[in-house]
Amino acid sequence: MNEGDQIPELRVTPDKYLPHRYAGASGDFNPIHIDGEFASQVGLPSTILHGLYTMALVARANTAAAGGDPRALRRLAVQFRGMGLPEKEIVVRGTVREASGEHALVDTEAEQEGNRIVRNAEAELTLD
Amino acid sequence: MAEQSSVVGKSYPPFEYEVGREKIREYAHAVGEENPVHFDPQAARDAGLRAVAAPPMFAVVYSSGAVAPAMFDPDVGMNFAMMVHGGQEFAWSDLVYAGDTITTTASVLDISKREDKTFYVFETVSVNQEGQEVVRGTWTNIERGG
Repeated sequence: MNEGDQIPELRVTPDKYLPHRYAGASGDFNPIHIDGEFASQVGLPSTILHGLYTMALVARANTAAAGGDPRALRRLAVQFRGMGLPEKEIVVRGTVREASGEHALVDTEAEQEGNRIVRNAEAELTLD
Repeated sequence: MAEQSSVVGKSYPPFEYEVGREKIREYAHAVGEENPVHFDPQAARDAGLRAVAAPPMFAVVYSSGAVAPAMFDPDVGMNFAMMVHGGQEFAWSDLVYAGDTITTTASVLDISKREDKTFYVFETVSVNQEGQEVVRGTWTNIERGG
């Protein structure tokens, strides 16, 4: 991993029921994620993805870039902007900002149809 | 939101969570993790891990029970109708394994106003049954209008 390198892109299209599965897995049952009628009543286009689900995709992309060992991800900081929707492809992209020895910093973002739903994400990795 | 500055530094009772192997499986499937160390005890041992390991972002599962009482604390006074989850950070110092008991303590780190937004920042610190810190979380919520 060298400064300026792109990490491999991660592309995921969450299916319609993904927010239900993530709600069960995480314990976050906020109705904006699982109830389409509620979501439209509060002005959303449909149920929306949990931000922390999208953050988990950013974590996956960085862990994979470091070789796949879950111990490699030392720190991850993200900003959530806009909202992620089910049934639309999410692309996670990252650029290595710093790499020295066993240590790397990766600037990452997650984008969906041109909308950057996770911005200014910074991942700190330990490399083999 | 009067008196909010006095709540900065307030901490909340520790929240204990026992990590189950099947909960790790459920979480890993939901977020699309495929590494067998999250599912298979033998694969975990082969990788030098003491048991099936949770993906790093599983931190959400065992620490949300600690941070929720802080976010709903009337002394903090967040208006949930105007609130968005603005940012999140985790700094990991050790993996979490099936069978671990994780104790998480939440506190109010900062409350600040910028223009028409109020930023509520909470911290969680999670330790395992050996007393070893496993992760430190920073949870930023933004309230519009304030």
